[in-house]
Formats: sequence, structure tokens, C-alpha cells
Amino acid sequence: MTDQQTAIEIRSLYKIFGSNPKAWVEQVRNGMSKAELAEKHSHILGLNDISISMPASKIQVIMGLSGSGKSTLIRHINRLIEPTSGAITIGGRDVLAMTEAEQREFRRSGTAMVFQRFALLPHRSVLDNVTFGLEVRGVGAAKARDAAMRWIERVGLKGFENRYPTELSGGMQQRVGLARALSNDTAILLMDEAYSALDPLIRTDMQTMLLELQKELKKTIVFITHDLDEALRLGDGIVILRDGSIIQQGSGQDILLRPADDYIRRFVQDVNRGRFIKVDSLMEPVTAAPDDSLPRFASGMALEDAVKRFSGSDSPAGLVVDDTGKPMGQVTLRRIMEAL
Amino acid sequence: MDWLFTFPQIDPAHLLSVKRFIDGSLKALTRSYGTAIEDFFYPLQRVLIFFEKMMTGAPWLVVIAVMAGFAWLASRRWQVAVGVIVTLAMIGLLGLWKDAMTTISLVFTATIFSIAIGIPLGIAMNRYSRVGKAMQAILDVMQTMPPFVYLIPVVMLLGIGRVPGFIAVVIYSVPPIIRLTDLGIRLVDKEVLEAADAFGCSSSQKLWKVQMPLAIPTIMAGINQTIMMALGMVVIASMIGVQGLGLNVLQAIANQYFTQGIFSGFAIVGIAIIFDRTSQAYGNRLQKHRGASHD
Repeated sequence: MTDQQTAIEIRSLYKIFGSNPKAWVEQVRNGMSKAELAEKHSHILGLNDISISMPASKIQVIMGLSGSGKSTLIRHINRLIEPTSGAITIGGRDVLAMTEAEQREFRRSGTAMVFQRFALLPHRSVLDNVTFGLEVRGVGAAKARDAAMRWIERVGLKGFENRYPTELSGGMQQRVGLARALSNDTAILLMDEAYSALDPLIRTDMQTMLLELQKELKKTIVFITHDLDEALRLGDGIVILRDGSIIQQGSGQDILLRPADDYIRRFVQDVNRGRFIKVDSLMEPVTAAPDDSLPRFASGMALEDAVKRFSGSDSPAGLVVDDTGKPMGQVTLRRIMEAL
Repeated sequence: MDWLFTFPQIDPAHLLSVKRFIDGSLKALTRSYGTAIEDFFYPLQRVLIFFEKMMTGAPWLVVIAVMAGFAWLASRRWQVAVGVIVTLAMIGLLGLWKDAMTTISLVFTATIFSIAIGIPLGIAMNRYSRVGKAMQAILDVMQTMPPFVYLIPVVMLLGIGRVPGFIAVVIYSVPPIIRLTDLGIRLVDKEVLEAADAFGCSSSQKLWKVQMPLAIPTIMAGINQTIMMALGMVVIASMIGVQGLGLNVLQAIANQYFTQGIFSGFAIVGIAIIFDRTSQAYGNRLQKHRGASHD
């Protein structure tokens, strides 16, 4: 169902809010600033020349503070918001060329969405909330119920299916939101600050659950957040937005080790680098003799764990090895310390 | 200085001819189409008579049991059911049973008709902004118009009797349900609507699966208002031939029968309380799961 390489392709997307947005695209393209557009022409620049290629079956995080345009951006993917200019293709299909009926069909079976404030239907029980998407698609009641029960169990809400949303805690409500989205069995999952309204501990649990589910489901997930820790933990790729423009786009390692500007540098300052930077990112070609006494780090190990290994040995370098134990490169303690 | 103290009105002769013309054509209209109009409303008359016969003809024990049962089903509270029994018993003891049944049947039928007319209009008002604006203006006029004025056109067209009285009651009591249907749909949480869109709801799916169920508590408040207004109008409509407790009040005023007026007045209040408590309790029960969510 998914395109192998690129699932979601966004090209030079502009979104301007105001009474006559089309008229200002050209000026914005030629460098008119957000402030100027707002002050002189009372139009708000929502998104400014956004181009992102989101690979299939990966978690793409879009990060930014409030007002950065991240929620506007995610709503373009299922076209809850119409772009002012630009192109969006999903699995090779032009989203913007869809007729209303095609678009409805695409929303029913192509994408599913999880919302920041859950957006559950308060008059329906947990079970009836989870079957909602299937019901809209016209799936039979019995079949929808079976699918829903399976997902309710997967997100850990077994036994709560006859409760109502108001009887559940925030974390549980968002599990319902997730089950509702998953039961639609779509290739794309859009998560709009899905965990931002949750307590930190519950948020971590939900992140863990998402990563576990993703190992098996391999969906193309677009995850919006304002929390860098969350972005680093979940994202295979991260896009950082500010004032509607992309400032940096890359892997979490890239962003931590090579922040594009001062804004991002300030952002990454408070992150626990030891936990998120992986030994692979600091790897150099092997120069030392591959000695058995050298500490060995599995590929993907975090720096904080690698440092602990060094403490048991007086070697200045260690080997990064892949799953089979074959050396991939070496990492020196000095480089690790620099990176931290 | 004379002109300052007498308003420069249109020449009375002109006014008179205009009035004559309008009244004359209206009379001509009723004379030529009177039977057609009556035939048109004949089914309505049958319905009204059916409900009235049902209420006045049924054994009083059955009526009390059914109404108490209904109140309990709606509210799930025995207090409400007991209240219904006590109130109906008092009305019966005061010798007003038949009149009360006539009034209840009329209010009941008027409410059903108001719901049937008002909810679709409220939905239309919400969906089409032009309809909404026009309706808003019409409703504003209707709600400021003195209730007596409603009697004039129906009496002109249909004369005096059960049907014109009923129509006046429905017209008078329908605005709140139209307004509150529209309001209820508008109050539905934007995020929930966005979720409905994101899952690919068509606009009718959105209306019936999301907006209407969530608007029901507000619509119930509208129904409650409608019932109360219908009860009030029943008294006024007695002037054009509606039977029941209202007529008693009217006679009491005309003949200075103080006690009869007070008793009938209390009976109307009693019925109002029954309807109000029952419909409100039902509305609250519907709201059980819809309160603010706790995060």
C-alpha cells in the first residue's frame, strides 16, 4: 500500500491567511517578511516555502514552538486546510487535485489522525468511538466491533470499552484516540501534538507504546510536537519550523551535533545529549588494532551508556560493532567528551 | 400652532379605503377559499380530536399511571413520578380533570408539531447562512410580537375553533426550539468537528453522527421552553375557542368567578411543573456523559 521510498512529498508549500492570500504569494516568494506582510497588508504568513520528503514507514517529526505553523502544516496533508500555493503528493497521488469525493475517500482509508485535545465523541462509549472511522467508511457493525476490540486491547484499554470518555484520564482518552486512528488501518498516521496535553510520565509511556507499535505496523507517521526530547526519541527524521519556515531538517543526530543556527543551538542546549546522541554519529574509521581488550559498543548505543563502558577500561577508544559483532568503526573517549 | 399638536396623519379617508380594501380582499379570500382551507386542515382537526378523546376518554387511573410512568422513564427519579401523581390527583379532586386533560392533550400535540417543524428549520438555519439570517429576523419579530396578535390572522382565515387555536399555539411556541437547535449545533466543539472531517465524514454523517447527538441537550432545553410557551398560549387561545383550563380562566375573568379562576390557574401551574420537571430531568440525564472532560 505504501510507496517504498517516499510516502509524502511536500513541495514549496505556502499558506497565507487573510482576505486575499493568493495576491501575496509572489511577494513572499520574493522575500517579503512575515512581519511586513502582517503589518502593511494584514495577512498572516502561515507557511513559507515548505519542502519536505517524508520517507515511507518512518516517523517524521515536525517540531516548533506555538505559532511556528506546525499544526497548519499537518492539516495540509489530509487537506483540512487548503494551501495557498504549492504541491503535495502522497504515494504518487496529487492530494490537491482530488475531488471532494476522492478527498473524503482518501481521508477515510488513506490517513488517520490523532488530536492534541483528543477530540473524542463524548456521547459515545470507548468502543463506539473506536469504531467511528470504520462506521463512517461503511464497514459492517460486527466487523468494525471486532477490529475495534483488537485495538482497544492493543492500547491497553481492555475492560474499558463500555466507559465514556469523560470517565477516563487524559492518558486513557488519548489511547482511545490512538485506537480510533489505528483501527482505520491506514498507511499514514497524523499525530498533532498527540501527547502534549499529557503528564510527563504518561507521555513517556505513550511514546514507548508508539515505538513498539511502529516496529510492527511500519506506518508513515507524521508527529507534531513542541518538545525536543519527544522529537529526538520518536523521530527518524526531524523538521524544525520557526515562523512558518523550515530552519533545519535532518536526523536527530544531525540536529544535536550540527545545529543550523543559534535558535536551534539554544533549543538543543538543555537536552540530555548523552541519552540521545548515538555512538554511530561519532564513529571514525578504525585505526587502532582491533584488539579484544577494547570496549565494544553495539550500534545505536547512547553516549551515556558508552561512557560507562569506558570507565572499566583504560583504553582511549572503543569499537562500534553491528548486530553480528563485526566492527563498523571506532569511537574515542575524547570525541565523546567533546560531543557531550 | 395647531399643526404641532395634531400629528399630520394620512388623510383618514385614504386610510379608510386602504383598510376597506385589505379587509375586503381578505374576506373575499376566505369566502372563496374558506372550504378549501378548512379541508386542508381537516386531517389536523382529526388528529387533535383523536388526542383529546384519548386523554379525556381514558380511565383516570390509566392516565395517571401512564403519565407517572412516562415521567419516571424520562427522569429515572421516583420523586418526579410521585410529583406527577400528586399533582394530577389534586387537579382531579378540584373537579378540573376533564379540562386539564383537554389542555394536556393540546399542549402535547402542539409540542410534537413544534418539534417536527422546529428541528428541521433549526438545522436549515445552521447550514445555510442566508436562511439563518432571514430566520433570525423572522424569529426576532415573532418573539417580540404580543401573543394576542397571533390570533388575528388565524381567526381571519379559519374562524373560531380548535384548529385555529392550535395553529396559534404552535406558531407562538415554535421559536425557542428553532433557535436552540441552531445554537446546539453551533456549540459543538470545533475539535470534534475537525476530527469528524479528518475521518472523512460526509456532511450528513457529520450532522447525524456528531452534531445532532451533541446538540440534543440544548435542543431539550428548547423543547422545555416550547412546552412552557404552549401552556401559556393555551390560556390566550381560549379566546378563539380552545377548550380546557384556559377557557375556565377566561370565564372567571369575564364573570368575576374568583375561585374558579384561582383553581384553574393552579391546575395550569401544576401541569407546567410536571412538564418542566420531566423534560428537564430528561435533558440532564442526557448530559451525563457530556460534561467538561477532565484532563
